[in-house]
Amino acid sequence: MSADKPVGIVLVSHSAEVAAAVAELAKGLAGGGATAPVAPAGGTPDGGLGTSSELITAAAASVDGGAGVAVLVDLGSAVLTVRALLAEGDELPDRTRLVDAPFLEGAVAALVTASGGGDLDAVEAAASEAYDYRKV
Amino acid sequence: MLDADFFRRWLAAAAAAVNREADRLTELDSAIGDADHGSNLQRGFAAVTAVMEKEAPQTPGAVLTLAGRQLISTVGGASGPLYGTLLRRTGKALGDDAEVTPAQLADALRAGVAAVAQLGGAKAGDKTMIDALDPAVEALGDSTASFTAAGEAAEQGALATVPMQARKGRASYLGERSIGHQDPGATSSALLIAALAEVAG
Repeated sequence: MSADKPVGIVLVSHSAEVAAAVAELAKGLAGGGATAPVAPAGGTPDGGLGTSSELITAAAASVDGGAGVAVLVDLGSAVLTVRALLAEGDELPDRTRLVDAPFLEGAVAALVTASGGGDLDAVEAAASEAYDYRKV
Repeated sequence: MLDADFFRRWLAAAAAAVNREADRLTELDSAIGDADHGSNLQRGFAAVTAVMEKEAPQTPGAVLTLAGRQLISTVGGASGPLYGTLLRRTGKALGDDAEVTPAQLADALRAGVAAVAQLGGAKAGDKTMIDALDPAVEALGDSTASFTAAGEAAEQGALATVPMQARKGRASYLGERSIGHQDPGATSSALLIAALAEVAG
């Protein structure tokens, strides 16, 4: 479970505000001192709604410490853009992984796990398990 | 034989077609999507045109991989990674040859369309780009004359999406209300294949 550097988290949303707010919320709930690095990649570079591969690759580079990067996405083009970058290109750091998880709950679970020293597999598992947390 | 210039002309013809039809694509997308398909593709293909002038790639494979990368980074909607993957995978399949045969392009396009289907998880009949691209690559053979047949097959495929119910993307949230509208992605796919037929003919 332990690594010298924590896993980095990237949050990709169609909206810059959503990505930034979910990152802040996850940091707040992960709480208690330093957390693993988390970077939002929301909207398009001109501030509109959409997905920007440029913002995604920059965010991934900024949180990459060598232990891997977990990418959480909202829907549609965010999913397809990250999949396309992983399938075809060399734009993302080595050991970058698209994590199948609910965006907000998964982000909190991923950041808590990464901040506690969990490796990429543990971060992915924690984020995905957030699907199983029923509310009613 | 088809050289890099042929592929640059294909992309230029596609950019012109997207410009000409942008309003119609956005109108189709406003019925069952988020009303940005025309403007997204216009931005993407304008960026492709600009990067072709700036970097002047010298092989068919390099032209298409560069164009695909540019679409992924500039479109901003789901059509960016989908068309980007189509062109990039097709370009990779063409390799480093300075010239390719129509049969090589047909095989490479089949690989590209398969990659699009895998990326989006769409099958024939889901009311997507695949409904125009699948019949197009089926019609492609080993001569440039078959490109005309492919263009017609893509157009027929796009028209055939009208009675379909969407099963992928935002339009799928509409359920039965997506029936009766032509799919914008299938429509733009038909434009791309028609542009290929245009420069080949």
